[in-house]
Amino acid sequence: MLGVIGVKSIDDLFVDIKPQHVPKSFHLPSGLSEYEVLRRLTELSLKNNVYLTPFIGGGYYDHYVPAAVGMLISRGEFYTAYTPYQPECAQGTLQGLFEFQSHMCALTGMEVANASLYDGGTALYEAMMMAIRITGRDKIIMDGGVSPIYRKILRTYTHHLHYQFEETPVVHGSESVPAGGQTSRQEIEKRLDKNTAAVILQNPNFFGAIDDFTDIIEKAHAVGALVIVSVYPISLGLLKTPGDMDADIVTGEGQSLGLPLNFGGPYLGFMCVKKQYVRKMPGRIVGETVDAQGRRCFVNILQAREQHIRREKATSNICTNVSLCALQAAIFMSIVGKGGLKEMAQLNLDKAEYAKQCLEKVKGVQVQRSWPTFNEFTICLPQDASQVVARMMDKGFAAGFDLGRYYKGMEKYLLVAVTEKRTKEEIDRYAKALAEVLCN
Amino acid sequence: MQLIFEKSVKGRRGFRFGTCDVPVKAQVPVKYARKDDAPLPEVSELDAVRHYTHLSQQNFSIDTHFYPLGSCTMKYNPKFTETIARLAGFTDLHPLLPQLASGEKLTQGALQVLYELEQWMCEITGFCAFTLQPLAGAHGELTGIMLMAAYHKAKGNTKKKYVIIPDSAHGTNPASAAVAGYETISIPSNKDGGMDLEALKSAISNEVAGLMMTVPSTYGVFESNIEEIARLIHSVDGIMYYDGANLNAVLGRFRPGDVGFDVMHINTHKTFTTPHGGGGPGAGPVGVNAKLEKFLPISRVIKKPDGTYALNYDYPDSIGYIASFYGNFALLVRAYAYMLMLGQEGLQQTTDHAVLNANYIMTKLKKHYKLCFDRLCMHETVFCAAFQAQRGVRAIDVAKFLIDQKIHPPTVYFPISVPEAIMIEPTETESKQTMDHFIQKMIEADELSKTNPLAFKEFPKTMPISRPDEVKAARDVKTSYFR
Repeated sequence: MLGVIGVKSIDDLFVDIKPQHVPKSFHLPSGLSEYEVLRRLTELSLKNNVYLTPFIGGGYYDHYVPAAVGMLISRGEFYTAYTPYQPECAQGTLQGLFEFQSHMCALTGMEVANASLYDGGTALYEAMMMAIRITGRDKIIMDGGVSPIYRKILRTYTHHLHYQFEETPVVHGSESVPAGGQTSRQEIEKRLDKNTAAVILQNPNFFGAIDDFTDIIEKAHAVGALVIVSVYPISLGLLKTPGDMDADIVTGEGQSLGLPLNFGGPYLGFMCVKKQYVRKMPGRIVGETVDAQGRRCFVNILQAREQHIRREKATSNICTNVSLCALQAAIFMSIVGKGGLKEMAQLNLDKAEYAKQCLEKVKGVQVQRSWPTFNEFTICLPQDASQVVARMMDKGFAAGFDLGRYYKGMEKYLLVAVTEKRTKEEIDRYAKALAEVLCN
Repeated sequence: MQLIFEKSVKGRRGFRFGTCDVPVKAQVPVKYARKDDAPLPEVSELDAVRHYTHLSQQNFSIDTHFYPLGSCTMKYNPKFTETIARLAGFTDLHPLLPQLASGEKLTQGALQVLYELEQWMCEITGFCAFTLQPLAGAHGELTGIMLMAAYHKAKGNTKKKYVIIPDSAHGTNPASAAVAGYETISIPSNKDGGMDLEALKSAISNEVAGLMMTVPSTYGVFESNIEEIARLIHSVDGIMYYDGANLNAVLGRFRPGDVGFDVMHINTHKTFTTPHGGGGPGAGPVGVNAKLEKFLPISRVIKKPDGTYALNYDYPDSIGYIASFYGNFALLVRAYAYMLMLGQEGLQQTTDHAVLNANYIMTKLKKHYKLCFDRLCMHETVFCAAFQAQRGVRAIDVAKFLIDQKIHPPTVYFPISVPEAIMIEPTETESKQTMDHFIQKMIEADELSKTNPLAFKEFPKTMPISRPDEVKAARDVKTSYFR
């Protein structure tokens, strides 16, 4: 090959890299064999404790993933393909993404979905920017029940831009148990005005409270503001859809739809909108069309919104989405299906309710009951929750997420998640362990 | 092919959850409950398995076809990294665990992977610190530009308004700069594929915040005036951004951190061969020099004096949270495993062989296709279908011809500054035999364009579908089974 090219050595191919460009240092370890790498990484994986019984959620949940999902998504034809720029040899990916979009519309009750965004937090950011573009306004009202992680992300991206950002406190449950409240209508309404681009809400909110935002959305629309709702997909097996509430933009974290926890990623951001906003939406969108013979097929559509065509005028800088995660979610929703999703959601609801009943019997624990919840709820402990969590680790539990980490004054509050995977026996043991930790 | 929704049979189930073992039957209050069940498909597991297996068979992929998609680095994704990414100690790890009091002890292995990966990336690129959080290359770009903005804000550089970008850049560059609040200035290329220095000089002013540059450029050409460009940008306190999309062309031969770049991102799915996934998920780690380090996003992974690893959030100048957690961990762990296996020598060889393969194809095809820049290339080569276009055969037609030959087409119509561009990146993992077959087919396409140019309009003929009606797709927007 060197002879064909007309050079003597591989080094001759790099003549454009001048001597002064040679690395000042390039010292890396020598390569290892496959089994040496596997051994080393296995050892590292074993330094992670995945054996605590998880009652921790915070937007990321330990749900069961049917085995067939993992097998199908491992097919090389899916995961070693790239962006479907040539639709004739990418109908697998394209149809899979079209089905994903359809599934998301089914779940949320919205008209249009895109083919995914990075994760729930960045999807919410993209939704906010979209609302600002649509309305031409610059004020954002964000409910305090929106994930504090998401709120931090939105702050970072808007820090150097000139938007007005107002965060509203949630309704307090009661004097003794202030956490876990629904969205405060009063706090939102007094901030709504002609400058408001969007109101950002979450259902269930970070404290686990479920809500019906129809009234807030109506009031926001009356002043020309849009409403963005971040949702937890599994809860939509039972909960009123944001589409039914007349939400304009719906986003969320799709990890619960068949994706492993993976220490934070890759996850699945999704976005659904009313049809009138489809051309303002960021990210790839797959649409249906026909080929030269009139056969149904699928292609990336409205690409003129995107950076590879529009460059600095694009609706977003996004290039890659998370196709494979979206496809994985589509497979999950197909296998679990209509009946399965409802069954799964009901199990989450029932088991969380049982856990509430068990924890209420633990001396010193107050369970937040002022608002209905889905599979996650707030409890108040007689002492600092972070310390209780640390001691529960020694008893074999990831006991929950201490709210004091993100909410000042809520150091005694613990967020507890109960998925379909938790058994009665695990919940009973959890309550017992908590009682022991609290009386010592 | 039917949609999964069209295979639905009322009442059919693909999966059953266990019976409820708690003595409670709860109910969502009517006000908060959905009216009708979500209309998901009702299929058996076998229905779904056949459906998605058949779907997968409608794709070209690296595992099944040569995929010389320029600018995308479609090299082989070794299988052992898949095994490693699926270890339960990684997949089942909840991301909030290390944020609990004394929770770091639960995630020492994962934090060590992240820490060591950052160290490797620093050594490979010549930067002093990395964040692994960005969730894709474009996300890395946006993060890098926000670091640039934070730097100028801290320095009181209030006039900074423009980011300079060469016309050969990926579209993400100007889009990322715009999203971060900057205007862009586009600089044309010179006749050798480098940046036009005179145009750059006339664009330089105190309002320039920085410059984004891909080296080698998307023309597959190494920029020979890096020092001069860096000097010009730094003379107005601008930031030099290295788009690491083509880092795979220079491993062990060039480090951006050594020659004046201040910040960069890496596309792990290119240089470190994490799977492309049909369009993501990716990962876009960002490296910086000492000038920008204090602005990096939080959290950061640190190694404590006792040898344990921890997350540190205490960086008052940090731009803050750019993603929910610590990056696309399952991809980062694949990249780490790949680096461990290749080691120093192996990584250098990937670059050597990628450049060798690209030059081989370039040399063999330049008699048949017009070469954009007639000089040695790096890891990819840009042709244009100028000769063929005169016969009525465009780049897209050549692409569709190749599909019928069971070869994934090269990138066409990019870089956008080259009319009828055909951009070929064979990668280091392809054999001479595979490349010779591809070269043969490209020559056949050229021959056919001379003898029967009209034949191209019907390609592809052997796939499940022929060319889609894109106009109809844009006009009658249908994005869901339900509407």
